[in-house]
Amino acid sequence: MAKSKVVSIETAIANVHDGMTILIPGFVNIGVPETLIKGMIANDIKSLNVISNNTSVKGRGIGLLVHDHRIKHITCSHIGSNTETVEQVVAGELDVTFVPQGTLCERVRAGGAGLGGVLTPTGLGTPIAEGKDIINVDGKDYLLEKPLRGNVALIHAWKADKMGNVVYHRTARNFNQVWATAADWVIVEAEEIVEVGELDPDQIMTPGALVDQIVDLRGVK
Amino acid sequence: MADITGRDLIAYRTAHFFEDGDLVNLGIGMPTKCLDFLPEGVDVWVDTENGAIGLAGAPDEGEWTDPDVVDAAGNVSKLREGGCCFDSFTSFGFIRGGHVAVSVLGAYEVDQYGNLANWMVPGKTAAGMGGAMDLVAGAKKVIIMTEHCDKKGASKILKRCTLPLTAAGEVDYIVSELCVLHRTDAGLVLEELAPGVSVEEVVSKTDAELVIPANIKSMI
Repeated sequence: MAKSKVVSIETAIANVHDGMTILIPGFVNIGVPETLIKGMIANDIKSLNVISNNTSVKGRGIGLLVHDHRIKHITCSHIGSNTETVEQVVAGELDVTFVPQGTLCERVRAGGAGLGGVLTPTGLGTPIAEGKDIINVDGKDYLLEKPLRGNVALIHAWKADKMGNVVYHRTARNFNQVWATAADWVIVEAEEIVEVGELDPDQIMTPGALVDQIVDLRGVK
Repeated sequence: MADITGRDLIAYRTAHFFEDGDLVNLGIGMPTKCLDFLPEGVDVWVDTENGAIGLAGAPDEGEWTDPDVVDAAGNVSKLREGGCCFDSFTSFGFIRGGHVAVSVLGAYEVDQYGNLANWMVPGKTAAGMGGAMDLVAGAKKVIIMTEHCDKKGASKILKRCTLPLTAAGEVDYIVSELCVLHRTDAGLVLEELAPGVSVEEVVSKTDAELVIPANIKSMI
């Protein structure tokens, strides 16, 4: 019998500490692990390095961390959907490194897949290329983009079984699947938790072997 | 159709680049208007970089759609029959891998060498590039939809972009309310004119050097 990884949100968030690098998925505010984010805020966790695609919208999701100035540095592709983040960046209150969205995915994938980086044409001839190695393969130039990893990944699942096999839903899958591969500790919040064996093995998008803890959102909301 | 002008004309003409069955990615804002002007018999599949093919526009008032299906602006969207969803990594693999036939984007500036600037105005905006750099680097055909001049009347189609670039040398066509410009090895060719617009008007409103062929078609 597989051991259950379902824990309380307090038990899960006890693994997150000030100053950590946190992988947070989501596109605008879809597929964002908002309950786990609120758990970090309840524990007053701060000085975070966040790797995410964007910062949700004002007052929601990652925007809650922005509002409280809990993020020291963010690596992301876009902040335009959250006016508060833009204001903080323009005012010099929040340090941001912009990475093209596809490159961000590939860098985190490389981090989770044991690769030393990826070669991509994206960003050639732009400010993104400054200071990076350009490698020519069969006559075509590529930028060398290095891997990214986090201490903790916070994941939003549609369904999870008790050993952490995960299914995502529609476009809420977005960055969750890759982000779950590239952290030392992976915490999943799930809209629904089912018994081991109930999920079709071909439908599982993140294997339970990668997941450390699961929080049942039905018990939190 | 002769009475179509302005942004509608830009969307109408851009939509006429699409071929039946094309997988197209339409940037936020004006590019999504192309779907209102698809030519007869042309059905396209709309890709969204956040992980779906087959987006079908906003739901009608009162119509239920899955709240987990959103477009690239984060707005809830319908998903048509035959549509599918996937993760961001797969999505950008499609985009960089040349599987998207046409990518349509807006511009702050675009130049005669096919350079595009549409993600940053230093000191003014800091939104980030999102997926634009990948979309421009990877699509088979890149079309820029833009008003010919900015609000102050200055040409947005330049000899050289002055803003930080989104991509270098990747733009194929520029469609404005005045004309269609094709970026070729010979230069930026004035291929089509809007009804009632002269070559002289385009030249006077364009900073870029243009190649003027003997025969110029109408945009409509």
